[in-house]
Amino acid sequence: MYTQGLTEPGVRPATESTPDDAERLRRFEARIEAEEKIEPKDWMPDAYRQTLIRQISQHAHSEIVGMLPEGNWITRAPTLLRKAILIAKVQDEGGHGAYLYSAAETLGVSRAELIDQLLAGRAKYSSIFNYPTLSWADVGAIGWLVDGAAIMNQIPLCRCSYGPYSRAMIRICKEESFHQRQGYDIMLKLARGTAAQRRMAQDALDRWWWPSLMMFGPPDTASQHTALSVRWKIKRFTNDELRQKFVDFTVPQAQFLGLSIPDPALRWDEAAKRHEFGAIDWREFNDVLKGHGPCNRERLAERRAAHDAGRWVREAAVAHAAKRAARAVA
Amino acid sequence: MSDAHDWPLYEIFIRARGGLDHKHVGSVHAADVAMAIEHARDVYTRRLEGVSIWVVRSTDIVASDPADSDALFEPARDKIYRHPTFYEIPKEVETL
Amino acid sequence: MSTAGTRSPAADVATRVRYLLRIADTSLVLGQRLGEWIGHAPAIEEDLGLANTALDLIGQARLLLAYAGELEGRGRSEDALAFLREEPDYLNATLAEQPNGDFGDTIVRQFLLDAYQLELFERLATSTDARLAEIAAKAVKETRYHLRFSAGWLVRLGDGTAESQGRVQASLERLWPYTRELFDPDDTDREIAAAGIGPDAAALQAAWSARVDRVLSEATLRRPADSPYRWYGKQGRHSEHLGYLLSDLQYLQRTHPGASW
Repeated sequence: MYTQGLTEPGVRPATESTPDDAERLRRFEARIEAEEKIEPKDWMPDAYRQTLIRQISQHAHSEIVGMLPEGNWITRAPTLLRKAILIAKVQDEGGHGAYLYSAAETLGVSRAELIDQLLAGRAKYSSIFNYPTLSWADVGAIGWLVDGAAIMNQIPLCRCSYGPYSRAMIRICKEESFHQRQGYDIMLKLARGTAAQRRMAQDALDRWWWPSLMMFGPPDTASQHTALSVRWKIKRFTNDELRQKFVDFTVPQAQFLGLSIPDPALRWDEAAKRHEFGAIDWREFNDVLKGHGPCNRERLAERRAAHDAGRWVREAAVAHAAKRAARAVA
Repeated sequence: MSDAHDWPLYEIFIRARGGLDHKHVGSVHAADVAMAIEHARDVYTRRLEGVSIWVVRSTDIVASDPADSDALFEPARDKIYRHPTFYEIPKEVETL
Repeated sequence: MSTAGTRSPAADVATRVRYLLRIADTSLVLGQRLGEWIGHAPAIEEDLGLANTALDLIGQARLLLAYAGELEGRGRSEDALAFLREEPDYLNATLAEQPNGDFGDTIVRQFLLDAYQLELFERLATSTDARLAEIAAKAVKETRYHLRFSAGWLVRLGDGTAESQGRVQASLERLWPYTRELFDPDDTDREIAAAGIGPDAAALQAAWSARVDRVLSEATLRRPADSPYRWYGKQGRHSEHLGYLLSDLQYLQRTHPGASW
């Protein structure tokens, strides 16, 4: 899962100093223009490298933190098949985190460093995972809405100019297609179920709708970092373009479920052939981003606890490998 | 907070089906080779993506330098006579 | 066992169902426990590994419970059996329900049960009960990998640092008493063995014991002394931990009777 709009400011094309660098930058941009992929050992401007490290690692962190809210429901899944599906899905998220850290590492940063940044609270991850999962329907809503929004963000990333990121994204998108479907499938069962199940489904939609729209990041008018990312083909659509597409896709799906989207301003604009929707509460978005969401503290604390509890295990494995190596030499 | 030592990085190559080459798919961290194989299996073959796995310590891979690309690969560019399409064979000669 | 000549080789249905539930519930409860780990393992790759094992175990439970339900003939589905029995009706080995503890506890529990299940499934693959044999043949492949994972980790932790060795030796001491039950045949086990459906407990124990000793020795761990206390999870008398596990497992099914998910 991924969110746009996290990448921090400060990314400018470096005013390259030597004529040599200027020439390399020119050639680099020509390759991007020609839709060639940039590979790990190729020359790249430092700003490109830093933007990618930040974006890929934020994406990886989001996958890893994202395991927690859904993981909450593994032990309580209502049937054995649902349990197996949920385990497989949460496991996939761990796998996607692994692919992405692996892609980030090709840029010359270590995974340990990136994980340290996350645990120290210096790195960002998708704010959506700072909301609680309060019922089984939340597992459905996350698959349907959150993964739906993520896929919309991610498909263009398969064409990202950086080879390892693009390849990781192709793999991830292939695997994620089942995530959204299983979510919708859960919602469908609930929507056609008992009155209590329908209430559960509506309540989940009420809570996840707006945060899902926020996943696309701040409006284009407020997002000053998009331009360079688009120019370098790290990013291919603006936040608002993707958000609109998501709304247009999702509204009929909600109608089919017989659930109502919690937005009184939502209406079909026949002339523009798209849905008009109400104003997003960006103050909430910024609050959660700054650490004041309902679960920011718990999520990080849980990751830290797992990391700390695992330290002796990781150390033991290293010590054992060293003993083996020594014995092999002897 | 940092670990004294992180597990080393291994590059992973998977053979998707018998008859195909092993193909690079990414990397994993592991303390030893057995663990690297297991991690590769769990990370990269959850959907029947492979029938065989190679793991190689990332630090053991020697790569060509992109700066040498011109010297290494350009000379092959003008040897078009190495490709069958270079030759025009009369239609009447069918089995060539 | 020796009674084969004096009793009908076909065990009665209630016995066969009970026996299936013992195997099914051990996989179910162990899978449920491993599910608690996901997102909290010592490394991302370990999260994935534990999840794979959990998925295999849940899969085994599904096949076995579905079969037990059919055999029983009272119209109970895999989910009815998995979610709607009362605690004494779960027949898993007590070892499977022990809490995850730290990673070492989980690895020891897993290793002891993987080694047991491997011996068991290998023998069940030639059961006179064809359906059970088929399920077991599939489970053997899965369990071989589970054992490779848990034995590999046991060796790393045992022969790792002083801290890891101390921790995992303590886990072994704590969990060892629960292994007694696995090889302590009761009437059900005897009847099943006589019918050629399941293995003889003594043979199972010898093979298990040899395998466990080999790995413990490689892991530089001491095999704990056998404890006189016996657990009877397979007869429905459990430790205190199962009740909590079941309240999570059953929560939605109990809260919404008759709902479909």
